[in-house]
Amino acid sequence: MANLKPGDQAIPFSLPGVDGKTYALADYSDKNAVAVIFTCNHCPYAQAWEGRLIQAQADYADKGVQILAINANDATTHPGDSFEAMQQRAQEKGFNFPYLHDESQEIARAYGAERTPEIFLFDKNGKLQYHGAPDDNYEDPNAVQHAWFRDAIDAVLAGQTPAVTTTEPKGCTIKWKQPA
Amino acid sequence: MAIEFLYYEDCPSHDVALERLQTIMAEEGIHADINIIKVETEDQAQRLKFVGSPTIRIGGQDIVPVPANAHYSLTCRAYRLDDGRISPLPSPDMIRRALREHIASV
Repeated sequence: MANLKPGDQAIPFSLPGVDGKTYALADYSDKNAVAVIFTCNHCPYAQAWEGRLIQAQADYADKGVQILAINANDATTHPGDSFEAMQQRAQEKGFNFPYLHDESQEIARAYGAERTPEIFLFDKNGKLQYHGAPDDNYEDPNAVQHAWFRDAIDAVLAGQTPAVTTTEPKGCTIKWKQPA
Repeated sequence: MAIEFLYYEDCPSHDVALERLQTIMAEEGIHADINIIKVETEDQAQRLKFVGSPTIRIGGQDIVPVPANAHYSLTCRAYRLDDGRISPLPSPDMIRRALREHIASV
């Protein structure tokens, strides 16, 4: 279960990105909204929603919205989620947001993230405004009836509380490392 | 007709996939029991050659060909739909085609 509820402050982090740079949440304190999205390479739910997240970043970038994608999966059991595979996927799919590696899984645990994808949307004051799934239809983008993530972004940009602040994340479980 | 439905509990929507299989079978007039197998351990995934949840096999054959070097594990499965999109579930058309092809082959 997420460790944050609407209104809670974002948990800081500093993680390596697939481009070799390090990205800190604090670097985006000037943004109108920041979406921390736990995702990964291999999960079909993450893959199904990936294009929509890329489109959202493209559509909202000039409005001061920033997506930060984080992969925390254990690459030992899921080699398709290795850092090298992340680099490849980000390039192949044209990720227009940082794709960060939470190798220790510390950030995913701090946020209480459980699924991929799982969105934590924060306003310009760093307060959580939306947590959950991107929308209500992982299979068909043309059949979406509730675009929860986009609707939440619109509300946050308007200085309002989203009509829907929490939905159940739908996706694969985060692949946790097993104790030695 | 031997029909197997293999799934992993942590991967959501397996219930939707099973319901989809049952619906398509009914539409095609196929009356057969579905052997529903819950895959719970990595050892079981290896033994069952489980490439991910959900997996549907008809007459012992996966409805989507599995590469020889496939990785077996407790994971969700990505299906490439006819229009190229990725989905966690096989489409109704994929299931229907596999059922019809099996019937035609026996």
